[in-house]
Amino acid sequence: MSIFQSIGRMTLNAGAAIWDVFELFFNTLYWLFFAPFRGKFIGRRYIFAQMVFAGVQSLLIVFFVALFIGMVLAMQGAYQLNQLGAVKFVAALISVSMCREIGPILIALVVAGRVGSAIAAELGTMKVTEQIEALETMALNPIRFLVVPRFLALIVMLPALTIMGDLIGMIGGYIVGVYNLKINPGLYIKTNFEFLVMKDVMTGLLKSVVFGMIIALIGCYEGLNTKGGAEGVGRSTTMSVVISFILIILADAVLTGIFYFSNV
Amino acid sequence: MTEKRETVIKVENLEKNFDGRKVLDGINLEVYKSETLVIVGGSGCGKSTLLRHIIGQLKPDKGRVSLFGQDITRANEDKMDCVRKRFGMLFQSAALFDSLTVEENIALPMKEHTKLDDHIIKIMVKMKLNQVGLRGFGHLMPSQLSGGMKKRVGLARAIALDPEIIFYDEPSAGLDPVVTAVVDKLILDLGSALSITSVVVTHDMNSVFRIADRIVMLYKGKVLQIGTKEEIKNSKNEYIQQFINGTIEGPMQFFAPDEGYLEELTK
Repeated sequence: MSIFQSIGRMTLNAGAAIWDVFELFFNTLYWLFFAPFRGKFIGRRYIFAQMVFAGVQSLLIVFFVALFIGMVLAMQGAYQLNQLGAVKFVAALISVSMCREIGPILIALVVAGRVGSAIAAELGTMKVTEQIEALETMALNPIRFLVVPRFLALIVMLPALTIMGDLIGMIGGYIVGVYNLKINPGLYIKTNFEFLVMKDVMTGLLKSVVFGMIIALIGCYEGLNTKGGAEGVGRSTTMSVVISFILIILADAVLTGIFYFSNV
Repeated sequence: MTEKRETVIKVENLEKNFDGRKVLDGINLEVYKSETLVIVGGSGCGKSTLLRHIIGQLKPDKGRVSLFGQDITRANEDKMDCVRKRFGMLFQSAALFDSLTVEENIALPMKEHTKLDDHIIKIMVKMKLNQVGLRGFGHLMPSQLSGGMKKRVGLARAIALDPEIIFYDEPSAGLDPVVTAVVDKLILDLGSALSITSVVVTHDMNSVFRIADRIVMLYKGKVLQIGTKEEIKNSKNEYIQQFINGTIEGPMQFFAPDEGYLEELTK
């Protein structure tokens, strides 16, 4: 096969996969918003279970990651700002950068690694052990029973985790700023919130809603399209994490660009 | 038999290709009400593919499949779901949901497709478990069950909505002879007591002759013969005789011929 043929084949495959993901997305929206009007509701029990798994059980890891990144930002910021004699602005640097950028993306990546991979592995195992087919032959739609609860759980819980992560990152900055850089605690807290505006927080949360969709859809897509036994499950799990990471960063660039150029 | 029997499944001229290889090649088949039809054939003869077409999981390239007089190859999802509620399926690996207990597995179709009260569903689940001889195992998780028990729970789940047809995909695969006999007895009991139509795909000849009313022999995507146990046992067809007796010598060749082997090795 010539190089052009293989490039063409890869493009076609990628195009088909992108189309499949969009199809999954629209089907999910159908079951989420339209099917309930036809009397087909989503079980509350399933959504709740997924929320506990994706949200509550991710708290500890999000807590650690955000705390340490806040501390690191404080030290790195102080190293630069010290030369300008403006160390007290470390607080503003951390609060704005955590809310706008680092909080949403870092927590999305952590959750993609923890929850997205688990979704792909679980659905992938269900696929190779005929459980997905069993659902279908029982007239239970897999998108309704498996995808929608995970989708809903992630678009609710990821922003919630992000808010907490933002706050904990600020606490990490406070620890370094007050105990190491010897900034006055009152002044630190005042500077922290002085430069932070509602827009910063809201754009960050909007980003994390989009990231939540990406993690859920890619995890479910990879899981539901698993082929070939244990090896296939492993491949789907890896692919779900890799593709989620790339798409999250891509979406972050696009969204930041939109916010930047539209002056929202 | 002179009376005209009601046809519940009709397969006409079914053809299916996978990557240019013909897996099903013009299959014609009728299944009558409350009989047990067994589809037999060697590995890779297309019997599982045929079953996937009959339950609507695969769409054929040519031909049609009708269940209860309804063409399912062209049915939309809503119509398909109505048909799906009228049959049950026992999968080769039982396909129990790992995250649910035995009870919840059996209760799932009832909870989703009926408006019954929870305590009535509970009673019905216990009855279904009793029917497959697993009274008192409801609280266990599927991972705590043996292979034979999983199959019986899968069967209990398949009969949860009192289906008119049950499909069995290799019910004896991976089971010891005694448990195979138990599962066969369950298939027979369900057929006679509730007059359920059964379609069984298997290659275990012992259980074929225990449960079958009629047997379909498949070979390379084609129907070799359809007949009763006696007709198949006394068949003049060499393929069928080789399969029943499990001999290596016969028209089905498993080893490549010796000529050309030396060149292939030294090439």
